[in-house]
Amino acid sequence: MVSDGRIGSLRVTISVALALIFAIVQLPDAIEPARPELLLLLVIYWSLSAPRLAGLTFAWLCGLAVDLLAGPILGQHAIAFLLVAFLTHKFQLRMRIFPIWHQTLTVFMLLALYEFLVFWIDGIIGPAITSWMRWLPVFTSALLWPVLVAVLDTLNRRRR
Amino acid sequence: MVTLSSDTRPIIGRGPPLGARFFFLAVLSITVMVMDHRGGYLDTARLWMSAVLHPLNVIVDAPHSLWDWLTGSFADRARLREENAELSEALRIARTKLLQHESLVEENRRLRELRKASQGIGDRTLIAEILHVTVDTFRHRVRINKGADDAVYESQPVLDTFGVVGQVARLDKFTSQVILISDAEHATPVQVNRNGIRTIAMGTGSLATLSLPFMTAESDIRVGDLLVSSGLDGIFPAGYPVATVTKVERSSADTFATVEAKPLAQLDRDREVLLLWPSTPADSPAAQSNAPNAADKAPAEKSPVNNPSTESSSVESSVPTQTGRRSDAELPN
Repeated sequence: MVSDGRIGSLRVTISVALALIFAIVQLPDAIEPARPELLLLLVIYWSLSAPRLAGLTFAWLCGLAVDLLAGPILGQHAIAFLLVAFLTHKFQLRMRIFPIWHQTLTVFMLLALYEFLVFWIDGIIGPAITSWMRWLPVFTSALLWPVLVAVLDTLNRRRR
Repeated sequence: MVTLSSDTRPIIGRGPPLGARFFFLAVLSITVMVMDHRGGYLDTARLWMSAVLHPLNVIVDAPHSLWDWLTGSFADRARLREENAELSEALRIARTKLLQHESLVEENRRLRELRKASQGIGDRTLIAEILHVTVDTFRHRVRINKGADDAVYESQPVLDTFGVVGQVARLDKFTSQVILISDAEHATPVQVNRNGIRTIAMGTGSLATLSLPFMTAESDIRVGDLLVSSGLDGIFPAGYPVATVTKVERSSADTFATVEAKPLAQLDRDREVLLLWPSTPADSPAAQSNAPNAADKAPAEKSPVNNPSTESSSVESSVPTQTGRRSDAELPN
């Protein structure tokens, strides 16, 4: 994969822009709370497959973008994204050779950690939303992971 | 089995170690959070950063705008004529109601001058459109298409044609976030229109319900009473309709009655809202005790309202702390 070339960074940028659009587009009320954290999944994916291109700063900037579009304060999602990216980079060599179900489980735990950190900061800055529905994205995102990997891997292989 | 595509080049030995980068960025995030939450030191930075991301809002809203434009352009003639007839009818009724308005305004002004009261009539307004963009899944926030560039200011009142909608919670360059009165973090100082009892209407997180937790069991409030803004917070000018009381439950065991109200504004159906620049700043205690500290960055929050004994004293005591910053953007009419 041409990860450090211009095509690579273009691909990452486009995927991030699409994920940001997905993060703010209006969904029907019934499935709105279960909206998957597509951007976070992408950050994990690119951290694994193109770690030199998608470093910690990249993850941090993605989180900051989420804060600007949808967060109560700046820095909340940024630090959560950063933590997930850090762990992904830390265990990158291991995660890449995991079988897909194992990988999905790891991603599930990363997502849970992310949601918890966001929830915690919510509680520090004001009354947090305690509804159980706020944990739904963890499950939907984890379910989306194998699909996302399949799609992006196929795209990347074809383009290589 | 699907595996990730591999990047085989070593990642070791380039740039600072992973832990150091993580530490640096984490410290930076925490600094940013504290600065943003405590003092709003990052307002200008946010304006510019949000301007960079503004195209995303436009893109997401574009299909809806396009649809509106198409239906507007290709509306058939019969419907337009019908609509025209309806509108002119409505206008005629409104005109008749307004006949006395001018003289009443003048009279009101004279009387208020006599009393040295500070409230004025004749506020400046601006129509803003609600963007079809999700701001927060679990909180009642919407994004409108007017921002700092349109002289919108933080905690500016937002109305629709039926009543109070909310206030501006966060300002971006071309858009701003509005917190609705039904948001669980929002409290609106109101008074019962019939007898002037003042209290606070709090959002519950449900669009159809506000709760009035500080009405004593003896207080004179009935189902159907109109609640209007009392103006005590220095944010919403006095006299705008907020909600109607839908439920009053008194039990002799409790000090406070359970009172619920339904917002008059069409919080879930609005497409267009009005931004309001009050003509004269309310000369309330709120306007004076206004150190821009952390708590009032967020719009009127629940926390300052602590354990009131009666509803009127609760309002009086809570108001000085319960406020957003007054605008510096006091605009000429």
